[in-house]
Amino acid sequence: MFGLHYRLERKAIGLVLAIIIVSSIGGLVEIAPLFTIHQTVEDAPDMRVYTPLELSGRNIYIREGCYACHSQMIRTLRDEVERYGPYSLAVESKYDHPMLWGSKRTGPDLARIGGKYSDDWHVAHLNNPRDVMSVSVMPAYAWLSRTALRTDDMGLQLKAQRAVGVPYTDDMIANATSDAYGQASPDSPFAEGVTKRYGKATNVRAFDGKPNDLTEMDALVAYLQILGKLTEAPYKPVAEVAR
Amino acid sequence: MLGQLTKNERQLALVILLAVGLWGLVFGVAGKDDPLGAHGWIIVLAALAGIFKIISIYYDPEPSDDRLSSYYDDPTKLGIILAMVWAVIGLFVGDWVAWLLVKPDLTFDAGWSSFGRLRPVHTTGVIFGFGGNALIATSFYVLQRTSRARLPDQLSPWFVLMGYNLFVILAVTGYMMGITQSKEYAEPEWYADLWLVIVWVTYFGIYLRTLMRRKEPHIYVANWYYMAFILVVAVLHIVNNLAVPVSLGHAKSYSLFSGVQDAMTEWWYGHNAVAFFLTSGFLGMMYYYLPIRAGRPIFSYRLSIISFWGITFFYMWAGSHHLHYTALPQWVQTLGMTFSLMLLVPSWASATNALLTLNGAWHKVRDDATLRFMMVAAVFYGLTTFEGSFLAIRSVNSLSHYTDWTVGHVHAGALGWVAMITFGSIYASVPWLWKQKSMYSPKLVEVHFWLAVAGTIVYVFAMWNSGIIQGLMWRTYTENGTLAYSFVDSLIAMHPYYIARAVGGLLFLLGALVGCYNIWMTIKTATHVIPESAADRPAVAPAAALQPGE
Repeated sequence: MFGLHYRLERKAIGLVLAIIIVSSIGGLVEIAPLFTIHQTVEDAPDMRVYTPLELSGRNIYIREGCYACHSQMIRTLRDEVERYGPYSLAVESKYDHPMLWGSKRTGPDLARIGGKYSDDWHVAHLNNPRDVMSVSVMPAYAWLSRTALRTDDMGLQLKAQRAVGVPYTDDMIANATSDAYGQASPDSPFAEGVTKRYGKATNVRAFDGKPNDLTEMDALVAYLQILGKLTEAPYKPVAEVAR
Repeated sequence: MLGQLTKNERQLALVILLAVGLWGLVFGVAGKDDPLGAHGWIIVLAALAGIFKIISIYYDPEPSDDRLSSYYDDPTKLGIILAMVWAVIGLFVGDWVAWLLVKPDLTFDAGWSSFGRLRPVHTTGVIFGFGGNALIATSFYVLQRTSRARLPDQLSPWFVLMGYNLFVILAVTGYMMGITQSKEYAEPEWYADLWLVIVWVTYFGIYLRTLMRRKEPHIYVANWYYMAFILVVAVLHIVNNLAVPVSLGHAKSYSLFSGVQDAMTEWWYGHNAVAFFLTSGFLGMMYYYLPIRAGRPIFSYRLSIISFWGITFFYMWAGSHHLHYTALPQWVQTLGMTFSLMLLVPSWASATNALLTLNGAWHKVRDDATLRFMMVAAVFYGLTTFEGSFLAIRSVNSLSHYTDWTVGHVHAGALGWVAMITFGSIYASVPWLWKQKSMYSPKLVEVHFWLAVAGTIVYVFAMWNSGIIQGLMWRTYTENGTLAYSFVDSLIAMHPYYIARAVGGLLFLLGALVGCYNIWMTIKTATHVIPESAADRPAVAPAAALQPGE
């Protein structure tokens, strides 16, 4: 073996090829089957895609680096399930490009934060976390309420999502900008289209309390309020989900 | 510094810089409604700076052929300076965000300065800014000496060094503007990623071309590690960053992968960024600078072989230990844990090899802070890899994951191993490069050493404590079978440790500042006292004829 190596280390190309072959095996064995083994991701026919407003909120969550302190992955451990809710299923992040499972809980897990607090609570908390929780170490995101949400490129955003495999329809892409506006303006004529395209259960509210202003705060709160609510699968008995 | 560029190379440099400037201009215009536009103008500025620099030396006399009989160290010199600049930036931002967890309002009411955007500035600043520049600079140095051949040309090393720094600048300015993919340690967006691929292929080209021209029959072990670093990082970078941009006028892109497949790909990348960026490359550094500084040959050639191939093979399986008890299928988790445990063997083989090399030179370790930096690095390498294997065990991970313990583990490796071996190597090579007998002040190297050791120990102990307390509090039950502590209770318990951590980071930053001053003074007072030694020159052409065995 050492004799073989004695010869190998005299050949630059041989060494290069050996490194590539030896280092690729692990990834090939562990990653490639995840795309082909059917049981890797559960079936959840009721799983819906993000609305344009929620997707924008998700992009703000990414932009601000929220994932550095908040996980979105409840592990299959008793204390986690009792603290945060049913453990996370693979299917819940199947439209997440990229996933936001996170790796650190400087703050609590957010996988099931949707519906746990009111919109007002979220707005107050994001404006200044210390107003709601005196010992919080979370940054204040006051500028979100002052910043208008960019909506002119919403169709392009959805189109790119479709390109990577999220099933947005032509109808959704064509109406993306007005849907984003409508979801945060319940009394506007655009509101109806949102529930028509994304389902009756979709939250259509003035998330930041100001129905005529579409701000980044609207988008982020809309996203937080849907976390853990895209499918009923995790809340059902295991036997019904696994097939 | 650019005086050795030939006329052709100066012309080619201008062509490349014009192309880069044009690329920036296209982005500046196409991305005018997007943060991409700002990046376009940053690229234009970088290209203009380069063009001015080239024009300023364009009519200087052409270098004579004498240059070919010595090594080309100008890019290494600048690379070391850039590494120290990035160290200060990265460590400063790191300590700032550490204080933000003590006093969250210690910042401005603006997006760019919030914790979530600054944190990747810290990680990218230290890993890619400090670590990357140190790797590129030392790899050019080591490659030439161990091959006894000069770099193949004068332009491509500059392209790699400056192109790489453009990548890091795009990365950190991007985060502050809100441009990020959110993939940990792979945050830069698609265009920066593509640029890095071009730079990296050139880097590999330099390596291969120099090795092809080597005058030593064997490729030295340091180069195996540097090559594994270059090759595997390329593969990881390309696969993990596959994404579809929203449009050519958008900085934003969407990852090709989602959910569980994305999680596995990300941590396959993430863990092997640790393996091949933060371990392999720095082991290359260690295998050259430690034996030379100690004046002892490497303890065991066979241990080098075992540890090199063990690391190259086992590490690539270990990423899934970041996903224990998650929605990742259990068979992948188990494979990750198993290989993480096996990884201890090659890791300790390297650490042992380094420490036993010091046998017969321990009196030098006592007297020479530079060598002591390298010795402590090897010790921390051993400790951290043991801790890593331990944390990869499922049941241990159930407690440690998501807590500060992980942060402590990473910093034991990053401060104790990566930064220490780098400082040791830099202190060794600065006097060699600027032809001095020693650093400006060996005393200040000693000061830096103790600040770095103290900072690392304070930091790591603080995070061990906070991490384990966090993990225990989250899973403690009352007698009635309910959870004993709210999340906020655990947050309050962290407060003293977050202060200690920020103090530890500050000590480490102060050490780096002392190092910068010392390096700066060494360069400034350099009077070329030592004439170039004949041993530190490439072997000249006839040497090739002396190796019929090849």
